[in-house]
Amino acid sequence: MITRSEILETNKMIEDSNLDVRTITMGINLMDCADSDINKFNEKVYQKITTCAKDLVKVGDNLAKQFGVPVVHKRISVTPISIAAAGCQTDSYVSVAHTLDKAAKAVGVNFIGGFSALVQKGCTKSDEILINSIPQALSETDVVCSSINVGTSRNGMNMDAVKKMGEIILKTAEMTKEKDSLGCAKLVIFCNAVEDNPFMAGAFHGVGEKDCVINVGVSGPGVVKRALEEVRDADFETLCETVKKTAFKITRVGQLIAQEASKRLKVPFGIIDLSLAPTPLIGDSIAEIFQEMGLEEPGAPGTTAALAILNDNVKKGGVMASSYVGGLSGAFIPVSEDHGMIVAAEKGALTLEKLEAMTCVCSVGLDMIAIPGDTSAATISGIIADEAAIGMINNKTTAVRLIPVIGKKVGDTVEFGGLLGYAPVMPVNTYRCERFINRGGRIPAPIHSFKN
Amino acid sequence: MKGIITVLGKDHVGIIGTVCIYLSRNEINILDISQTIVGGYLNMMMIVDLSTIKKEFTAIVDELVDLGNEIGVAIKMQHEDIFNSMHRV
Repeated sequence: MITRSEILETNKMIEDSNLDVRTITMGINLMDCADSDINKFNEKVYQKITTCAKDLVKVGDNLAKQFGVPVVHKRISVTPISIAAAGCQTDSYVSVAHTLDKAAKAVGVNFIGGFSALVQKGCTKSDEILINSIPQALSETDVVCSSINVGTSRNGMNMDAVKKMGEIILKTAEMTKEKDSLGCAKLVIFCNAVEDNPFMAGAFHGVGEKDCVINVGVSGPGVVKRALEEVRDADFETLCETVKKTAFKITRVGQLIAQEASKRLKVPFGIIDLSLAPTPLIGDSIAEIFQEMGLEEPGAPGTTAALAILNDNVKKGGVMASSYVGGLSGAFIPVSEDHGMIVAAEKGALTLEKLEAMTCVCSVGLDMIAIPGDTSAATISGIIADEAAIGMINNKTTAVRLIPVIGKKVGDTVEFGGLLGYAPVMPVNTYRCERFINRGGRIPAPIHSFKN
Repeated sequence: MKGIITVLGKDHVGIIGTVCIYLSRNEINILDISQTIVGGYLNMMMIVDLSTIKKEFTAIVDELVDLGNEIGVAIKMQHEDIFNSMHRV
């Protein structure tokens, strides 16, 4: 029988520490929608999404009510559009983005991911159409998310695509400048992108997946922080054990919700993504965990080690709690979505370079960082190349979601609203890298031996 | 199927009575009940058997919330599996 203290512990996590299931994401294969006529393709895409996901929001809300734990987001990921739409006779995929937007709104989800292309070795004609459609697509839709994979540890890095994406990010920023360049918050550049990621903006339904699948992202930085308060100033063994045990408990809730959602939607369960994803709320922050570990501010010496401890022990605790683990799994460090990170960036404690170092040991990369609107496309490409190189050499996923805010300079603040939060515009190293980026071509696959 | 009901709020006459009458009308049997009162605030927990309910689980959750609002306390019912999942391997 469940004990009183166990009931209290669980409900305290939910009510006081913001424990939630961050997202139930339904992955939907669109390859069977292929058609040479783009209008017919769009029609089939709309039908398939609205059929597969018609009960997703209702089931998510019912599960939240039944178990008394918030299920914050219900979302959809689809086959990368550059693959699914490759057969269409067209020179633009903007209409596909509109279709995704309409379908997502019809079923009530708050984001749909998969306006994507995988170009680590080179671009097909369809990849080029998709990439060129991104600025208009993101400026004319509300809930469509886009991602481009520019490198892998197995294939190396496509530097032509890296160069191109610097330009596309700037163009997207320009086309959404009335909304503080918000379009860029829906665009991620990956190295080693994963096929079963439930988190936005980088979610897409990989080509090795089933026709339809349920992936769940758990969260709970507040729960970890609260648990660490109980062992303040204890040694590292105690610190690691506490993170591990807490991650186990958080993940068990995700596993329960994932299995129930899978059963009720009659869709196979894919994976649990063991991620600690912050929100702008106080008590739901990765930065607060660093402070509880003993750092004055995120960015102080020791931050990379603290993040490594957090990331590794979240995985160690979570892996045993779930039958299938996947996605990005780790700690997210988005700047604008974490009030503690925002404060550290405003104070100058946290710099872009320190964030880059932190991404070597966290689950993703440079995430939700506002930079000056006059940053050059080559500089953005340089930052993407640096971040992708970390992923490529170290066999991990890395990503870049930068927002060059048109009309804003260092020290200004940008308000994205809602979960996307707000961010100070951070300084970028202004030394030039044009000659490096303009070389073009590919960086060959790295060697996987002689690891030093 | 079992549910866990928690009731939190300022103590006054009739809280347990009101909740128990609602449960009995809906054929919900109480398997375990415990309560503490600290500084005038009631914290009650019940484990209940829901195997004979006629309504949807989520409908009972809503009605208990409404009942709590009527008598000035917060009432929450959760499926026991969230606690089993978290605390039992």
